[in-house]
This record gives sequence, C-alpha cells and structure tokens, in this order.
Amino acid sequence: MVIEHDKMRSLAARMAQPEVRGRSPWADARRRFLRNKAAMAGLVILLLVVLFAIFGNHLAVWSNEELDFSVMGQVATMGQPSLENGHYFGTDDLGRDLFARTVQGTQVSLLVGLVGAGIAVIVGTLYGAVAGYVGGRTDQVMMRTVDILMSIPYMFVLILLLVMFGRSMTMLFLGIGLISWLDMARIVRGQTLSLKNREFIEAARATGVSTWRIIIRHIVPNLLGVVAVYATLLVPLMILTESFISFLGLGVQEPLTSWGALISEGAGTMSYGTLWQLAFPLFFFVITLFGFFFVGDGLRDALDPKER
Amino acid sequence: MTTPLLDVRDLRVSFPVRQAGAMPWTRPRHLHAVGGVSFTLQPGETLGVVGESGCGKSTLARALIGLVPATGRAEWQGGADLIGLSARQMMAYRSQIQMIFQDPLASLDPRMTVGQIIAEPLVTHQPALPRSQVRDRVKAIMDRVGLLPSQINRYPHEFSGGQCQRIGIARALIVEPRLIICDEPVSALDVSIQAQVINLLMRLQADLGLSLIFIAHDLSVVRHISDRVMVLYLGKVMEIAPARDLYADPQHPYTQALLSAVPVPDPAHDPAATVVPLKGDLPSPMDPPSGCVFRTRCPRAAPRCAAEVPVLAGDRHQTACHFPGPFTPQEIVRARATEAA
Repeated sequence: MVIEHDKMRSLAARMAQPEVRGRSPWADARRRFLRNKAAMAGLVILLLVVLFAIFGNHLAVWSNEELDFSVMGQVATMGQPSLENGHYFGTDDLGRDLFARTVQGTQVSLLVGLVGAGIAVIVGTLYGAVAGYVGGRTDQVMMRTVDILMSIPYMFVLILLLVMFGRSMTMLFLGIGLISWLDMARIVRGQTLSLKNREFIEAARATGVSTWRIIIRHIVPNLLGVVAVYATLLVPLMILTESFISFLGLGVQEPLTSWGALISEGAGTMSYGTLWQLAFPLFFFVITLFGFFFVGDGLRDALDPKER
Repeated sequence: MTTPLLDVRDLRVSFPVRQAGAMPWTRPRHLHAVGGVSFTLQPGETLGVVGESGCGKSTLARALIGLVPATGRAEWQGGADLIGLSARQMMAYRSQIQMIFQDPLASLDPRMTVGQIIAEPLVTHQPALPRSQVRDRVKAIMDRVGLLPSQINRYPHEFSGGQCQRIGIARALIVEPRLIICDEPVSALDVSIQAQVINLLMRLQADLGLSLIFIAHDLSVVRHISDRVMVLYLGKVMEIAPARDLYADPQHPYTQALLSAVPVPDPAHDPAATVVPLKGDLPSPMDPPSGCVFRTRCPRAAPRCAAEVPVLAGDRHQTACHFPGPFTPQEIVRARATEAA
C-alpha cells in the first residue's frame, strides 16, 4: 500500500509539472526567415508598398479624378513632380494627379495579385491533395483535366473572355483565377504522392482516421511550406499577367487603373519628355516584384533548410 | 482451450504488378506477398514473426489491420471475420487492434505536438470525449510509457529515437486495445535502447493483458519477447512453435539455417562447424517455385519437394517440410562445399 501511495504521489507530482512549450517546425522556420537579411528587406519593402496603397490617399492633395486645369495642355512644362502644387509624382497626360493614380493602381494590382494567388492556394492545394491522396482512377481523371486546361493557351483565353464578356474587374479575377491554380495543383499532387506513403499517414489510416481528415490534418499542414513558397512567387506572376493584359488595353478600365495601365500610358508619352509618368508606376512595380521574389526565396530557405 | 483472440486461416495477399510498357488491356501479373498463412493467437500471448527481408512479414501485419486488401479468414474472438470488412464495419475493431511502426520518427507527424499525436486514436474513436479528459488521458499514458507528461506540447523532432518509439507505443495504447501489432519496432534503435523498449513492451503486456504480434528479423530479440514464434519464407509459414522449442530444436531446414546464422558471443565458438549457408537469393515472389517454396535453396531438397506442397504438420510444434529434422554434420559439410563452389 505504501508503495502504491508513493507511486500515486509521484505520478501526481509529475502530472502537475508545468508543461514545456515545444518548438514547432514553424517556429524554427520563422527564426531562420527572420535571420535572412534579403528576405527581411523584401518584407519591409512589401510592407511599405502595402502601407502606401492603404494610406496613400490621405497624403494626396488631389483626388485621382480631379483634373488640374492649370497644367492641362502644358503637362510637359508645368506638370512635373513638385511639392509646391501638391503633385508629388507630377500629373498624367490629362492633368490628373499621378500620386493619387499610383495609389489607386497599387491597390488594384496588389488585389489582383493576392486574389489570384489566393484562389491558386485554396483550389490548387485541395485539388492536388485530393488527387494525390485518393490516387487511382480519380487521380487520373483529375490530373488529365488539369493537363487539358493547361494545354489551352491561357493568354488567348483571357483575352477572349475579356473581349466577349466585357472588360471588368470580376472578369479579370475570374480569368486569372481560372488558370492560376493549375500549376499549384500539380506541385501539390507531387508532394502529396511522396507524403502519402510516409509511416505517419499509414499510422493514421491504421487507426481509422477518415480520408478527409487525413488530408486536412496530416497532408495539408505538411504541404504548406511548399505552398507558401510557391504562393509568394505566384503573386508577382499574377501582377505581371494583369499588367500585361492592362498594357494591351484589355485589363481594368478607366477610371480604375493599375500598374500595367499606368506604365502603358507612361510609355506612350515617353517621347514628349514626361518621363515621370513612366518612372513612378514602374518604380513601384519593380520594387514590389523584387520584394516578393526575395520573400519567396527567404521562405524557401527557411522552410526547406535541406534543399539549398 | 479458450477461444483464440485471433484465428487466421489461409490469409493471402497479392498485388497486381503491371509490366513496364504493357498494353492497358493485358492482365497484370500477381505478386504473392503472403501465400496462405494460418495461425492462432491467444489472449495475452506474444507471437513472434521472423523471416528475411521481403518474406511478407510487414504485409501480413498490414493485411490484418486492413491496410492492404487480403483474402482468407481472420476471426476476431471467434466472431467477426476481419478480412473483407467495409471501412465502416472495420472501425469497431480498429480501436482493438493497434500498430507500432518501424521508423519511430517517420511514424509521427512532424507538424503535430506529441499530445496531438497520442490523442489522435482517442479523438477518432471517442469524438465526444471533452478536451480536458483527452489531455488527462494523454498525460497518464505518457507517464505509463516513461515520458514526462510535461512534454506534451513538444514536437517529435525534439525527442530521441527511443523516446519517439515510446510516443508510438503511447499512441497505440491510449484506446486500450487487445492486440498490438509491432512491425519491427526496435530495428531502427540502437541496442541499449532496444532493450528498454522491449522491456517496456513486456511490462505493459503483463500489466494490461495485451496480445502482441511481434515482427522482427532479429532472432534474439524475438526469442526474448515471444511465447511462440512463426517463421515465414516467401509468404508461407515454414515453422511455428513455442519459442523455447523452436530455438532449442528447430525442425525445418530454413529455420536451422536462420538460427545458425545468429552470431554467438563466444570466442571459442567455431562458426564453420555450425553455420549452414544458403545458396542463391530469395526467388521472385512473382514466380514462386513449385511445391515447397524453399526447395531452390534447401540443402536437403529432393524430387518430392518440387512436386508436392508440404503442409504444416504437428501439434504444438508445426513444420511445413517433407523431411524435417536437424541437420547432420555431413549435411553441413556438403552445404558448405556447394556454397564454396
């Protein structure tokens, strides 16, 4: 009895010990990421761009719709960037404030990038994980569908969609969303195939965890590293696609604008000596792309320390 | 005689194998991983399963737990047949049969805490259990297998191999199973840790009245833990006997060859006198030899072995051989000579 008593007491003591917090693989990755200087610089740039998109309107003296009649017609001489008349980035061809326009363009382009990548992450991850995990005929059908969709020249489809159903933001999101998840689904499927035969998945199956739960609880969390890396690289790709479409004149419509539309306008007036109309949108475009690529690289190094 | 916990009759597992470049309509060939295994397991008993790599040990375990499709019968406590149950029907038995895996770290999800890993079978089988109770039971079981309950929030990569295997054992035990299938649970651990884990398993078995199916290729480990031992070769049972009898007096030539290969920790021991070499490699399970599957490598093979499949014969000590019995010294000398040539 005495022994039992001691046993119970020591058990109680051990049960009462404060719980140690573990260091999760995510925490490890975060530490590695925070130590990566290039990635942190990229993150800071991105944060600044986002702040610019959110709060830029409060700094602007002019709204993006107002025409400044004092510079109209003599943009090349009067419309250059200046602090005095409040056109920090100068004006565009029609005398609209380029600062306000760039803020608006940044909002639109970031939105397109994030929505496109968001659709890719959600649809692509689930689609790929299901195809890879279930396997067999389901996998065959699902992946051949992806192959067929991929074999269609997407730029052509996108242009056709925009021409047929009219140019609108919704159509643009739909078009970009339609194509963005295909690559993601393929990458995720490949990763799932390699995860599927790992012993911890087998252990879960052996104890009777349902297929859906295995995908959500075991497969997807172990895929997120790859997905996060690919998603950060996908955002600039989406921005580029949108810019290209807008550059062709098919993307967002006036009075809305985007980086691509602004760059297109700026490039058109380059020869009249109004270089700032190209330089400012292009600057934001380029630093954002750099920012995303640096962050993507940093994430890859942080999440996959083995694959350098 | 009590009703056995598990009564397996003629269990077969085969996998279709498509040849590279074959037309889609050609019939796939079959790889016979397990070719008609029968055994019984009493409550509280440990059955050791030994055999070389690729002889179907792990496939047998996976078939019993329903991870690979199989044919035959596996009666659970004289009642339901576990083979061919639907996923839903099988759920009732999954908490009774748990499994411990070979690679301790790989069998734990790296993104989950130890608490989540151990709780998973419990949460799956008793979804209504409140969180606090789950946590208490996880802590109690962690203490039972020799882990500090305070480490419940740690992640698998923060533990050593032996500790990871304890986590695996805790995960298997938490739903209070009747049978645990151990698929080479110690072969990835170093020797001193092996002993700890084996002793833990034996203690838990004694405390909880568990049955174990213990798969290993380390014959001395199997001898230590098992009540009975089953020797597999190419998916077939060669010999099945109480551990003491099997090790003291092996009847099947294959068992004798296996046992003779166990290193003896004695400098005066001369392996040349006792070790029986086996010629050649394991035949392809796609195309097993006719008659006795072991005949292509057996030093005692005779024409009858090719013609007739030997059946398991005997009462407690069963052997599937036409010519059972210990090797004579002449046979050993002859086997060594053919091996050298």
